[in-house]
Amino acid sequence: MMLNRERAEDLFKKVVKYSTADETEALMTSTAYALTRFANNTIHQNMAEESLALSVRAVTDHRTARASTDRLDEESIRRVCESALELARLQPPDPDLLPVPGPQTYRSVDRFHVETAHLGPLDRARAIKNAIERAERDHLTAAGVFSSGMTVQALFNSRGLRAFHEETLSEFSITMLGGTSSGWAKKTSPSHLELDPEALADRAARKALSSHDPREVPPGHYTVILEPAAVLDLLGFMVIDFGGLAVHEKRSCFTGRVGEKVFGDNLNIRDDVFHPLQAGAPFDGEGVPRQRVTLVERGVVKNLVFSRSTAHKMKREPTGHGFPLPNEYGEAPVNIVVEGEKHSVEEMIRSTERGLLVTRLWYIREVDPYRKILTGMTRDGTFWIENGQVQYGVKNLRFNQSLIEMLSSVELMSASERTAGEESFEMVVPAMKVRDFNFSSLTKF
Amino acid sequence: MKEFGQQALDTAMARGASYADVRVIDIRQRYLSTKNGQVAQARDSESMGLGIRVIADGAWGFAATDDLRRESVDQVAARAVEIARASAFAKKRDVRLAPESKVVDHWVAPCRIDPFTVPVSTCLELMLKVDAELRAVAGVTLAETSMDFRRLDQLFLSSPGSEIRQLKTQTGAGLVATSFAGNEIQRRSYPNSFGGQYQTRGYELVEELDLVAHARPAAEEAVALHRAEQCPKGVTDVILGGSQVGLQIHESIGHPIELDRVLGDEANFAGMSFLTLDKLNRLQYASEIVNVVADATLQHGPGLGTFAYDDEGVPAQSTPIIQHGRFVGYLTSRESAAAIGQPRSNGTMRAESWNRIPLIRMTNVSLLPGQGSLDDLIAATDDGIYMETNRSWSIDDRRYNFQFGTEIGWEIKRGKKTRMLKNPSYGGITTEFWNSCDAICGPEHWVLWGTPNCGKGQPMQTMGTGHGAAPARFRQVQVGVAYN
Repeated sequence: MMLNRERAEDLFKKVVKYSTADETEALMTSTAYALTRFANNTIHQNMAEESLALSVRAVTDHRTARASTDRLDEESIRRVCESALELARLQPPDPDLLPVPGPQTYRSVDRFHVETAHLGPLDRARAIKNAIERAERDHLTAAGVFSSGMTVQALFNSRGLRAFHEETLSEFSITMLGGTSSGWAKKTSPSHLELDPEALADRAARKALSSHDPREVPPGHYTVILEPAAVLDLLGFMVIDFGGLAVHEKRSCFTGRVGEKVFGDNLNIRDDVFHPLQAGAPFDGEGVPRQRVTLVERGVVKNLVFSRSTAHKMKREPTGHGFPLPNEYGEAPVNIVVEGEKHSVEEMIRSTERGLLVTRLWYIREVDPYRKILTGMTRDGTFWIENGQVQYGVKNLRFNQSLIEMLSSVELMSASERTAGEESFEMVVPAMKVRDFNFSSLTKF
Repeated sequence: MKEFGQQALDTAMARGASYADVRVIDIRQRYLSTKNGQVAQARDSESMGLGIRVIADGAWGFAATDDLRRESVDQVAARAVEIARASAFAKKRDVRLAPESKVVDHWVAPCRIDPFTVPVSTCLELMLKVDAELRAVAGVTLAETSMDFRRLDQLFLSSPGSEIRQLKTQTGAGLVATSFAGNEIQRRSYPNSFGGQYQTRGYELVEELDLVAHARPAAEEAVALHRAEQCPKGVTDVILGGSQVGLQIHESIGHPIELDRVLGDEANFAGMSFLTLDKLNRLQYASEIVNVVADATLQHGPGLGTFAYDDEGVPAQSTPIIQHGRFVGYLTSRESAAAIGQPRSNGTMRAESWNRIPLIRMTNVSLLPGQGSLDDLIAATDDGIYMETNRSWSIDDRRYNFQFGTEIGWEIKRGKKTRMLKNPSYGGITTEFWNSCDAICGPEHWVLWGTPNCGKGQPMQTMGTGHGAAPARFRQVQVGVAYN
């Protein structure tokens, strides 16, 4: 049975009944999720799950701890309340620990679509069959997923805070494989009606077909056009650096750089949960309302985000970006919006004498945390551009590139769009044309 | 457990499934961490649920729930059958499984000290003592420690009549010293990065690690790295420490040998493999001294890939993967073994929890030890770099082109470890690299390392894998590749 407000209130009453902590917080999460997976032009895995979990945080005498369970009988609720308190009591006190916040007011966001919540396995199978038929028309092999579901989250505490959010989610992603090449496309949305699986299948197929028999391009510094998914997956490695605690603890690449011009003049980044293309709850892990925060303005690192605890430590105001307590990381912006421009990818290609067009990136890892050097591979559609035109597909390349330097070398941007990759959460980002992107080696396909 | 499981099986078969298996799992976890003298996390969690996998109309369906009331169990079994029938809407052929005998068994993984009986105060006291040692070194800007305990109680039932109960306890612990100075963040971890060492054991692992004694040297190295020379760029001989060899095995042998990747099942996310079927028993994967096994049996050791039966009810096995450098085996499931004409699965299907489908996963994919000590190996190296403890890792989606960075390195000149090197990195092509391996240290250096965070599948599943490894030397490797 999915969580609703009444059930959340009922569960919380039981938590309050059994908790003897000074203060108590309950995070209740409920999921109904289904994912149909296909490969080799057939559905090969197909799953659905339902769950409802209760996580209790006890606060007592400047100590806090958390215990969670998905057994919701009276005895289990009593036990989880006791476990949280006992874990808290065994710790040395933390003088910086704050009391739980009181009642808050939230701006509403509507991210629940009934038709997506009720999408069935046959609905997904029909869309997948169409995608497979698209693949077979061009003798391609399709692999991918179509998922849909809903999540409900209730965060209540003993000082009267009541935060409740429900939303639906859906995803269609597809890889088309040819004999010597591949193409990929992906979209996520709170409404599956926004996905357009046929268009995604067609896009992936065209990429696979046009990159057949890829040629080798020697490693080196190239002008590169990164499609939005590639931009997103790189940016994902910087979000934790915008956390106040990361700077306070000197593990952020922005340590000593807040207020300084770090990126190019044309880079503007904000965190905005209310953006129409964004998803997620309007409150953070402690129930603090999320605020819009300008992170980067004309290349200058303007602001960080702060949980209550970090804000207290650094004498700032909380911004509503904290993770559920207790945690090691503090906070991070999770609704990134990069301000785009109006140049289309086609226009970027036309303006490029020699360069590379990258569909997506893969296995990105941080090589140097302060210079923010990242390594990774291109994947599923990398193309050589010459004289303003895509010429042919190329074999995949490894990059070693400072993200800071990259974001200082952006020549053109497209309009921003809701984007999904595989290495980071969804963001609203543009495609970027970047100069001097460092490709360091080549692979064999 | 059996009551829920049997009810789900009966419902699925009554609804028309031709095969069904059920896993009822009860998981308990405790995670503790400290940071700069404070407790950062103290968290207990438990989760119990049921997942049922069925074949109906010749296709797969899976459904899971943590609501174990009678009506909910019936609903989830019926949903699995409904999903399988939807799968059949877009199927090419009926699912075929390699045969497997019915098994009734009960297995408990050895665990000398149950970590859940160790008082939390004892754990935190030790962690804060380690933390104090780390912070006693001037220049350490962030001191972190962690302990991670997990108990998994699982019942597997299948429609042919298997009934297998397994109880496993896993423990992990480690420390990290981070130092920020100038324009640089340096880090040293012990005994490994990303959480330390993990095994299928109890608290005895924590005791054996002796974290207190290793804290100060790790912290001193983190600070000293700021003054070290940058790892040069070029081609030279490389000796990798054991844990780095373990990750090298994981990425460039363990993943490519997964038969589901080879057959294209993971093409959309985790990727495929260069080890196409024509390479079995033909490819010279590595040099003659390289022998690799995938071994889930207890005899191999208490790795994160140790169990008695996989999540299809197939007994744990030891499978040769590379023999004297020759590629001889994949990791298989009942379905993929049948697909390539093999008589039986080698038992590598594993699911993260009750709510996930079993996938082919590494068990303990280990490089068998060679001979000699690390000191002897260094003494026998004229010019090279010794690299230790992973800092970054990346490999392409067919597992050819890899690049790794380590936390620390030392130059080797004329058989001696000389100056410390910072920001070491190396890269190459999988088969070229493994064919350049000309020395593997002996059993006294061999450790069954745990990788607790291996991701695969959609939805993503995180799995623990084991990798037995000793330090090894590789000739003429590209180094310094990560920096311009």
